Amino acid sequence: ISYIILKLYYRSHLELREITNIFYISLTAPDAQASKFGSLWPLPQKVQISEVSFKLTSSSFKIVDAKESSAGPSCSLLQDAYRRYYEYMFGSTKKLGLSKSRRTGPSELTELQVWITSPDSECDDYPSVTSDESYELSVDLPFAVLKAPKVWGALHGLETFSQLLYEDEYGAKSVNATTISDFPRFAHRGILLDSSRHFLPIKVILANLETMAMNKFNVFHWHIVDDQSFPYLSRTFPQLSQQGAYHPYTHVYTPADVKMVIEFARLRGIRVIPEFDTPGHTQSWGKGQKDLLTPCYSGSKPSGTFGPINPILNTTYDFMNQFFKEISTVFPDAYVHLGGDEVDFTCWRSNPDIQLQQTGIILHPKVCFSFIVKLLDIVTTTNKGYMIWQEVFDNGVKLKPDTLIHVWKGNQEQYQNEMANVTSSGYQTLLSTPWYLNRISYGQDWHGYYKADPQDFKGTEEQKKLVIGGEACLWGEYVDATNLTPRLWPRASAVAERLWSAKDVTDINDAFNRLSMHRCRMVERGIPAEPLFSSYCPREYKGI
Amino acid sequence: KKSRHSTLNHLSFEGVWPLPQAFTSSTERYPLNPQAFYFGYGKQSAAQQGCSVLDTAFKRYFSLIFPDYSSVDQWAFVDKPFLVEVSVDQDDCESYPQEDSSEKYNLSVCEGKASLKAETVWGAVRGLETFSQMVYQDDFGSYFVNKTEIEDFPRFQFRGILLDTSRHYLPVQAILKTLDAMAYSKFNVFHWHIVDDPSFPYQSSTFPDLSSKGAFHPMTHIYTQSDVRRVISYARLQGIRVLPEFDSPGHTKSWGKGQSDLLTPCYRGSTPSGTFGPVNPVLPSTYQFMEKLFKEVSSVFPDSYIHLGGDEVNFSCWKSNPDVRAFMQKMGFGADFTKLEAFYIENIVNITSALNKTSIVWQDVFDYHEKIPEDTVLHIWKGLPEVYQTELSRITKAGKRVLLAAPWYINHISYGQDWRNYYTVQPQNFSGTEEQKKLVIGGEVCMWGEYVDATNLNPRLWPRASAAAERLWSDEKQTSSVDSAFPRLQDFRCKLVRRGIQAEPLYVGHCKHEYQGV
Repeated sequence: ISYIILKLYYRSHLELREITNIFYISLTAPDAQASKFGSLWPLPQKVQISEVSFKLTSSSFKIVDAKESSAGPSCSLLQDAYRRYYEYMFGSTKKLGLSKSRRTGPSELTELQVWITSPDSECDDYPSVTSDESYELSVDLPFAVLKAPKVWGALHGLETFSQLLYEDEYGAKSVNATTISDFPRFAHRGILLDSSRHFLPIKVILANLETMAMNKFNVFHWHIVDDQSFPYLSRTFPQLSQQGAYHPYTHVYTPADVKMVIEFARLRGIRVIPEFDTPGHTQSWGKGQKDLLTPCYSGSKPSGTFGPINPILNTTYDFMNQFFKEISTVFPDAYVHLGGDEVDFTCWRSNPDIQLQQTGIILHPKVCFSFIVKLLDIVTTTNKGYMIWQEVFDNGVKLKPDTLIHVWKGNQEQYQNEMANVTSSGYQTLLSTPWYLNRISYGQDWHGYYKADPQDFKGTEEQKKLVIGGEACLWGEYVDATNLTPRLWPRASAVAERLWSAKDVTDINDAFNRLSMHRCRMVERGIPAEPLFSSYCPREYKGI
Repeated sequence: KKSRHSTLNHLSFEGVWPLPQAFTSSTERYPLNPQAFYFGYGKQSAAQQGCSVLDTAFKRYFSLIFPDYSSVDQWAFVDKPFLVEVSVDQDDCESYPQEDSSEKYNLSVCEGKASLKAETVWGAVRGLETFSQMVYQDDFGSYFVNKTEIEDFPRFQFRGILLDTSRHYLPVQAILKTLDAMAYSKFNVFHWHIVDDPSFPYQSSTFPDLSSKGAFHPMTHIYTQSDVRRVISYARLQGIRVLPEFDSPGHTKSWGKGQSDLLTPCYRGSTPSGTFGPVNPVLPSTYQFMEKLFKEVSSVFPDSYIHLGGDEVNFSCWKSNPDVRAFMQKMGFGADFTKLEAFYIENIVNITSALNKTSIVWQDVFDYHEKIPEDTVLHIWKGLPEVYQTELSRITKAGKRVLLAAPWYINHISYGQDWRNYYTVQPQNFSGTEEQKKLVIGGEVCMWGEYVDATNLNPRLWPRASAAAERLWSDEKQTSSVDSAFPRLQDFRCKLVRRGIQAEPLYVGHCKHEYQGV
C-alpha cells in the first residue's frame, strides 16, 4: 500500500525516510557530514586518526620493503601491489623523476615501509581459509610503516593506506597521522559470479577481482557451469564445452584463461573456489557427455528429455572421478564447491531403471544420497575439502567434519534456524540468503544487506565460531557484462563491511557517508559503481 | 498487407525493432559487399548531396551495417554493386525536426537496389535505421538483405525519453550515447530534465550564478552553452527534438543558491526559519527573472515546445510566509493555495507564449487549474493504470492534448522481466470518443536520476525503453503478443550490444558478440 501511495504522490519517488533523512544530508556540502573515519571501507577494527596531516607528492613518495621484512624485491606479489596502489593514489603519472632533486617539505610523507614480520611471508603461496590477513599501519613521520605477518595482511593494509589519502583544498594529496590495527571478523568473505546463465568475458571477471580487493573480499566463488551452458574447457573432456558452451570458441574459458584468473586473484589475496554443481543443474553437461544424464520417461518410453545426472551407472562415477581429478589440479584452493542444490526428482522417478534399483520403494532423496556420498568420496581422494549447498545437509547426507555448509534458502527466520541447526551439528557454515544481489528493487537496498549479520541466530558461542563468513551472490539470469559491475558495486560493499568489520559497526548514517565516498573512489579507479542516492563524485565515471 | 513466413530463419522485417506498420518479405536474399555498397540521392529527390542530415546518416549507417568492415583485402571480390537510393519530397536538411514533421517512409529492397522514399529527411533517417536492422551476416560473415517492401510511419508523433541531469550530473558523452540508442529505437524526443532541487547544471549566459552556485561543481558539473548546442545538433542529425524542462515553482532548491529572493522564505511563527520553499509567486522580480531566463532558454533551444514542470508544489512554506498570505488576501484567493499556484503558472505560460513556445506541463497543473491555454500539453505521470486512464479520459474530455509517462517510470526497477509491463501498455485504452483518443500525442519513458548516473544509466535504460518504443511506434494489433516480441527484442538487444550500447540481457542466453567493456 505504501508503494502505491508513494507512486501517487511523489513524482520522482523518493522514499519518505529518505526525504526526511538522507536526502537532506546529501544536499548539504559533502564534507559537512563527513565521517570521522573519512572514506575508510570496510572500517578497520581499530582506528585512530589525528588532526596532524602530511603532504604526499607523486614525485617523492615511495612504497618500499622495510629492511627487516621477510619479503624482499623477489616478492613480485608485493612489488606488483606497490605499483598498483601507487597508481591508485597518484594516477599512472608520468611526472616521475621530474623533480627528483626537489627538497621535500617539513611535513611531507615520503615513504611507506612494508614489513612482513613472520619468517615465511607466504609470498608465493595461495591464500587459504586460515591465512593471516591482519596488519598494523602507522602513518607518521619520518615514514609510515605497514606491518603484517604475511603478505595477505600487507595487501589489505595497502588498500587501507590508499583509502586514508584525501585531497586538501588545493588538490594536494594529504594523509593524517593515523594508527590502525586491523583483521577480518570472518575468514570467508566471498562473491559468487555465475558464468553459465550468461558468459562473462575474462575482462569482466578480472575487473571484479580488482574491485573485490578494494573491498577486502577474499573468495571468488566461480559458479562456472550450470544448466544453461558449460563454458569451462576441460582438458580431459573437451567435448563438454565443445558441445555445452554457448559457443565453443568465443564463449569458453580455456585453461590459460582459468590460470590467469587464479593468478590475478592470488596477487590480490583472493581465493578462487570453483563450483561444479551436481547432480541437478547439469543440463549443459549432457550435451557433451553421453549417458551422463538420466533419460526421463513418459509412461514406458523415454520422453527425449533428460534429468539430473544418472546415479545408477558406473560410467557416471568413472567420469566424475576423472573430471574432479582434473579440477583438483587446475584449481589450487583446498576447497571445491559441489553444489547439490535443487535436485528435481520427477525424472528419476519416471525412469524404470532407477525405480528397479530402489527395490520398489520410491524414496528418491536416497538416490540423491547415494550419488552425493559417492561423489564426496571421489572428491576426498583428490585431497580437497568441499563446500555444498544446504540441501545436502538438510537431507542428512553423511559429511566429512570439515565440510562447509552454504546456507542460501528461506526468509530471515528460516535461515537463522538453519544456521543454528548446522552449527549445532558441529559443521562450519557460511551465509548467502540475505545477500542475493541479483534480486534488485527500487531504492537503497544496501541497507538490508548491511543489517544482516551471519551470527544472529540462537546458539552457543561455540556455534557462532563455526560461522566462517558469507558470500554475496550475483546469479546470472539477468546479468552479463553490460550490467554486472554497476549491479554488484557498491551493493556488495555493504556485505564486505559486515564480513570484515567488528560486529558493532552498525551506524547506517556513518556507513552512508563513508560508502558514498568509497563508491566515488571505485568510480575514480575506473569501476562503474552505481550511486547510492542523488549526489555527485568529483570525478564522474568516464568509461562511456 | 502483411504476409508472414514464420518458418524462415531470416525474415528481414522481424529483425526490425520497432515493428514496421506494413511489410512483405521473401526468402530471396541479396549479398551485400561493403566494397560495392553505395548510398545515393534519387534524381527526383528534393535533397541532394550536401544535405547535412543525410550525408552524415550515410556515413553513420555504413559502419552500423558493416560492423566487421575493416580491411580492404578482405573484400577483394567486388561483385554486383548495391545502391541505397534515397528520395525525399522536402529539402529540410538544415531545419530541426518538429512536432508535425513526417517520419513516414517507404522502403523497397530488390536486386542491387533499395529505394527509400520519404516526405522529409527525418522519415529517410528512420528508413535508414530500418534498413540497417534488416542486414544480417551468415556464419561465414557475409552480409545479406532480403527482398522486402515496407511502408512505415509512427503511431504517435511524440516518442520521448526523459533524462534527469540534476539528481546526478550526466557527462555530455553519456547524453550523446543515449541519443544514438534512441535513434536505434526510433525515439524522437529527448526531454531534458536539466535542473531540479539537487543541482542546476545549466550554465545560463544571462544568470551565470545559477550554475556557478547551484551546480554540484561550478566547473566540472555544468553544461556550457556549447555543450547544449552540441547536444541539440547531435540530436537533430538523428531526427530527435530536444525538449528542455525548467520545472517551477517547486523543484527549484538549487535555483535559489544563485538567485537571491527567488525562493519563498519559509517562516517558523513570525520569523524566517532560514529554509526556502518554492519560487516566490508574489514578487514582481520573480516574473522579471523568469522572463529573462525563458527568453534565453527559448533562443538556446530551437524546439517550439518547452516543458514548464509545475508538479509537486508543497504549500506549507507558502502558508507560513506572511507576505504570501497578504498577497492571497489582496488577490481574493482566500486560503486556496492552488489558486496562487494557478496564478503563478498562468504568468509563466504567458511569458513562454509570448516567446512563441507551446507549453508542456505535468498533470498537476490541470488538476488545480482547468483554464490553461488551449494548446498546452498535459503530461500524465501519476498512478496505476486505473488512475491514469481516468485522468486521460478527464483531460482529453476538456479538449487538451496529453502525453503519457505514468506506466514508463523506468527508473523503477524490480527483479525479472519488467519490460513486459512496459510493452503491454495501451495508451489509448480509456473511456472516451475517437476525438479524445486522438488527443494522446504520445508517450515518454522517464529515467529519474536518484539512483542513476553514468555508471548504470545505459544498462538500466536499454533494452527496457525499447519495449515502450515499439508500443509508441508500431501498430497495436500487430504487436499485441508480448511472447512473440520476446525473441525479437532479444535479437534487437544483441544488435544494440554489437553497436556498443550497454543493453542488459532480458533473460539467460548469449549474444554472438558480447559486450566488451566492463
